[in-house]
Amino acid sequence: MKLTLHVWRQKNAGARGGLVRYEVPNANEHMSFLEMLDVLNEALIEKGEDPIAFDHDCREGICGMCGFMINGKAHGGFKGTTVCQLHMRHFKDGDVIYLEPWRAKAFPVVKDLVVDRGSFDRIIAAGGFITAPTGGAQDANTIAVPKQAADLAMDAAACIGCGACVAACPNAAAALFVGAKISHLGHLPQGQAERDRRALAMVRQMNVEGFANCTNIGECEAVCPKQIPLEVIARTNGDYLKAAVGAGPEGAAGGTG
Amino acid sequence: MELNSHAPTGPIEQAWDKHKFELKLVNPANKRKYNIIVVGCGLAGGAAAASLGELGYNVQCFCYQDSPRRAHSIAAQGGINAAKNYHNDGDSIFRLFYDTVKGGDFRSREANVYRLAQVSVNIIDQCVAQGVPFAREYGGLLDNRSFGGAQVSRTFYARGQTGQQLLLGAYQALERQIGLGTVTMNERTEMLDLIVVDGQARGIVTRDLCDGKIEVHIADAVILATGGYGNVFYLSTNAKGCNATAIWRAYKRGALFANPCFTQIHPTCIPVAGEYQSKLTLMSESLRNDGRIWVPKKPGDKRPPASIPEDERDYYLERRYPSFGNLVPRDIASRAAKAECDAGHGVGETGLGVYLDFSEAMKRLGQQKIAERYGNLFEMYERITGENPYEVPMRIYPAIHYTMGGLWVDYNLMSTIPGLFVLGEANFSDHGANRLGASALMQGLADGYFIIPYTIGNYLATAKPGKVAADAPAVKEAVANAAAITKKLLNGSGTRTVDSFHRELGKIVWDYCGMARNEAGLKKALTLIPALREEFWKNVKVLGTNEEFNQSLEKAGRVADFFELAELMCRDALERNESCGGHFREEFQTPEGEALRDDDHYSYVSAWEYQAEGAAPALNKEPLTFEYVHPSQRSYK
Repeated sequence: MKLTLHVWRQKNAGARGGLVRYEVPNANEHMSFLEMLDVLNEALIEKGEDPIAFDHDCREGICGMCGFMINGKAHGGFKGTTVCQLHMRHFKDGDVIYLEPWRAKAFPVVKDLVVDRGSFDRIIAAGGFITAPTGGAQDANTIAVPKQAADLAMDAAACIGCGACVAACPNAAAALFVGAKISHLGHLPQGQAERDRRALAMVRQMNVEGFANCTNIGECEAVCPKQIPLEVIARTNGDYLKAAVGAGPEGAAGGTG
Repeated sequence: MELNSHAPTGPIEQAWDKHKFELKLVNPANKRKYNIIVVGCGLAGGAAAASLGELGYNVQCFCYQDSPRRAHSIAAQGGINAAKNYHNDGDSIFRLFYDTVKGGDFRSREANVYRLAQVSVNIIDQCVAQGVPFAREYGGLLDNRSFGGAQVSRTFYARGQTGQQLLLGAYQALERQIGLGTVTMNERTEMLDLIVVDGQARGIVTRDLCDGKIEVHIADAVILATGGYGNVFYLSTNAKGCNATAIWRAYKRGALFANPCFTQIHPTCIPVAGEYQSKLTLMSESLRNDGRIWVPKKPGDKRPPASIPEDERDYYLERRYPSFGNLVPRDIASRAAKAECDAGHGVGETGLGVYLDFSEAMKRLGQQKIAERYGNLFEMYERITGENPYEVPMRIYPAIHYTMGGLWVDYNLMSTIPGLFVLGEANFSDHGANRLGASALMQGLADGYFIIPYTIGNYLATAKPGKVAADAPAVKEAVANAAAITKKLLNGSGTRTVDSFHRELGKIVWDYCGMARNEAGLKKALTLIPALREEFWKNVKVLGTNEEFNQSLEKAGRVADFFELAELMCRDALERNESCGGHFREEFQTPEGEALRDDDHYSYVSAWEYQAEGAAPALNKEPLTFEYVHPSQRSYK
């Protein structure tokens, strides 16, 4: 199939970017979207033109490294699918496709479709963990975890940290990402001791990073490649509120987002 | 070179405890005076960096990805082994040890494997404490599944995303240390050289992948946990960025490379669809628990699978290996699939595929149960192939997946360069000639959480590394070397892309040093590879400059190293005149077509020593002795 792409090209964080038009004459329905870009890049290099930079690694939809907007939708907007797992059979001959990087204040562009998502790591560093020093753990079966709790924790833990939720959100909020970690750890008995602290710290860091507030639009859930449900945001709100009420001045560091 | 494994003597059950007690300690107040570099942050590197930071060392951690949560450990699907015997089915530390030594076809070091089996139980405890959401039974206790090469259920899992959940556990522990300031994380940074001063590993040279800045990092010890080299084959189940540059450049600085030809072909991957294919996707081995593998009995039978009656199907694994059936180890399942396809029984458009069929299991357990166990894998399969595995059997074919070879390490996980430690897939240590399923996660975490924190302290306390000046000759030389390679890659006015070279190299290695090898083929590869490498350096086309985000330049440096490593793999495969595990030399097989080991002549680790550019490497041998598990022909019949 023949495709026309309009791709966001931006040399580096400080440079001015713009859309550039490319023709792909030889796309094939069995290719993944990234393989289609590989083919285009090979042709660009042969012509002596700078290939399009995009992040990718595992190409199995699990590492969370890939992701950009396809026709205004994060990862292309196909249910439960990262862009590396999106196959060209979903497109047809003659399609015109627009590719842009994630757009958010907290995700500055590195080059072309590549952005810096370090803000997500800093949110986890602030409190997205259970303090469990290496070596001191009791036998694993001492803690019984009801199957339902384990399943709910796993549903939330499936987050791959790709940033699609932020890119899709009109406010560029990170509420789904934060909620996923708060729910994962909060559903487990091991996560209870630090539950208040975690909610306060993660929400505070989220605000520091420049993510805006959640207004319950739900775009994040719609594009999430791991289908993390909106309920996780309610859980953040609940945990945050409970912690803020009991935490004194430490809790007064802004809204839950 | 004399290779001393430093493996403890005495009863194997007490060896690690005794050894731990004998290891010297670093006083808590002195730990912060030591700087440790960790390159790579998958299960091994992430766990090591987090644990060492927690102990109080100053840790610098590096990864090429944009975040430490991306390392390819994340893609492991099936599970992690541990000898918990929660299911009362006869498991024990000794049995896990036994299975792993046997599964590795008697080419691993007994003391290391025993220790691995021992600490496996601590790993599960540690991960549960961190909040890893392992699968549970209704009573709230941990669930297990069975895996290839074992007759007990000892595999812990988190749906089909066990690697992801274990990595996120390590990543969260690491981020906690980053938040506390004990670990400094350097993302989008690639190691280009190792700095060796007075024979000790004292730092690394890196390139910042965003702006090309070449930097020097000095430390008291260096840990490489950079994963395997499966991408030498171009098409593999590894992530696109996985590379051997760190271990290869350490090899060129004097670290020995052990058993490079021991590579693992995974039997259950989605078959190749076309020339443009960029990578292969694995379907977890756990699928073989419920899926039955078959091909049509009639060669070239092109009927759709549903129209092939039961008595015209050959469930060849169940036929050839009745006691293990579809759960034979990976090397055996892979070779059997290749044999069927070579004999014309392969299915799919290319004829390079076999069926993995769940219809019988769905009849027995119901579609719901199958969806619960493998739902995400079935979805992934459908997304890639466009076929629904609930209705049509999956088509699978073997693909390169894991590399048992790696830098040689002693029992303390230290390479032949003092102060250079190597963990996880990057070392050669525990899996011999074939790794059993659900053992890679176990080894990565064992090395990172439970072994390196002890052994590195002993090194620091005994070696007492002194100061290194930032302008020491060895530092300058390493920087110059890294810069020279980059300059050479950018200098060309070539015409061929990096990928086109990589693809061609991969095909040579797959054809002559893949699932089956022979003398003539390996000799041929040893002429083809240097010729292609020569063309690469003359004709590779890398655009742009060093001082920018340049993905072609990154790839070119990695492919340059793959060329050299591919040659060493073939050399090693040619030297080893026997078949064992993943190394199948066609000249050495039993009348039934099974691997024929030669314990009299090849019961050793091949450890290759770099000499000079263009000179043949020297072979050093670490003899292997087996006191507890006596070598026998591996039989899964």
